[in-house]
Amino acid sequence: MTLLLPIQLGLLLFIVFAATRAIARFRGGSLHLGSLAFWLCVWAAATLAVFFPNETTSIAQMVGISRGVDVIVYSSIALLFYLVFRAYIYIEDLRTQISTLIRELALRDVKKKRA
Amino acid sequence: MAEKIAVIIPAFNEAPVLQDTVASVRRVSPTATIVVVDDGSTDGTQTVAYACADVVLSHRKNCGLGAAIMTGLEYAKREGYTSCITFDADGQHDAADIPHALQKITDGYDVVVGSRFRGSHSGMPRTRRFVLLAGNIVTFLFFGVWTSDSQSGFRAFSRRAIETIYLKSNRMEVSSELYGEIHRLHLKYTEIPIHIRYTKYSLGKGQRNANGLKILLKLLYRL
Repeated sequence: MTLLLPIQLGLLLFIVFAATRAIARFRGGSLHLGSLAFWLCVWAAATLAVFFPNETTSIAQMVGISRGVDVIVYSSIALLFYLVFRAYIYIEDLRTQISTLIRELALRDVKKKRA
Repeated sequence: MAEKIAVIIPAFNEAPVLQDTVASVRRVSPTATIVVVDDGSTDGTQTVAYACADVVLSHRKNCGLGAAIMTGLEYAKREGYTSCITFDADGQHDAADIPHALQKITDGYDVVVGSRFRGSHSGMPRTRRFVLLAGNIVTFLFFGVWTSDSQSGFRAFSRRAIETIYLKSNRMEVSSELYGEIHRLHLKYTEIPIHIRYTKYSLGKGQRNANGLKILLKLLYRL
């Protein structure tokens, strides 16, 4: 059996940590089953890439990129953009809900002199 | 139905000018109910509003212009107002334009927007003119309604508009979103010329030119 390189070991530990966090959030009810499945697929793919780094190069060449590591970098950037967009939508929705709440409080505590 | 008019004045940190603005509206529209929506001000605007307005709606936290306008419209809806005007608190609008806007509502229009480019706009910086023109183009591309002054804060609404318009935008992008509602609800819309007085104070309080990009991003998000 080939020994793992330090970078592989580090990445593997991070993947295990991230996957357990996703499972813990699912158990806590703050992550839906669909989201859990998505994240487990992401981390499973990352695990395969860590164990079989040379295979990523053949996948890369299938899509017209020369190096496997480039595929990972490009995919990660796309995923990050998507997650930032999701986070932005989530924050905007929260802001709208807070405004609705503040509006209801203002309408409830209306001060009238003449109306 | 008896005519019941509200003048909605959204205000955020407008204590130095609010009293004069309310007084100018009252001189022109003595029977209208003046509703100040204090959007979480920290400079004593609320105290000034209590002293001079007929109705004060207070946001406990600053939510933005769009949220303040929607609070005013929701109040007008619940209280059965037949028409309402939104009027900037910073003193740049001329209350003398109110009767003309209300006349258009009486004539059967649902939304009337006051356009400074059809009227006058003394003291407007050239860069502001360019940003406002870009805002008109963006509003047309997003919402399919051409307007000569998409970012105008001077608007009049009929009862039908008060009952049906629902603005989701919290901040400055509300001015453009309104045209989306006009388009979606098939509201009858027109513009009237208004007179804007730019002062050092109002230029400091109004939309900053750099906000244009931010508004565009928010509108993209709303798609």
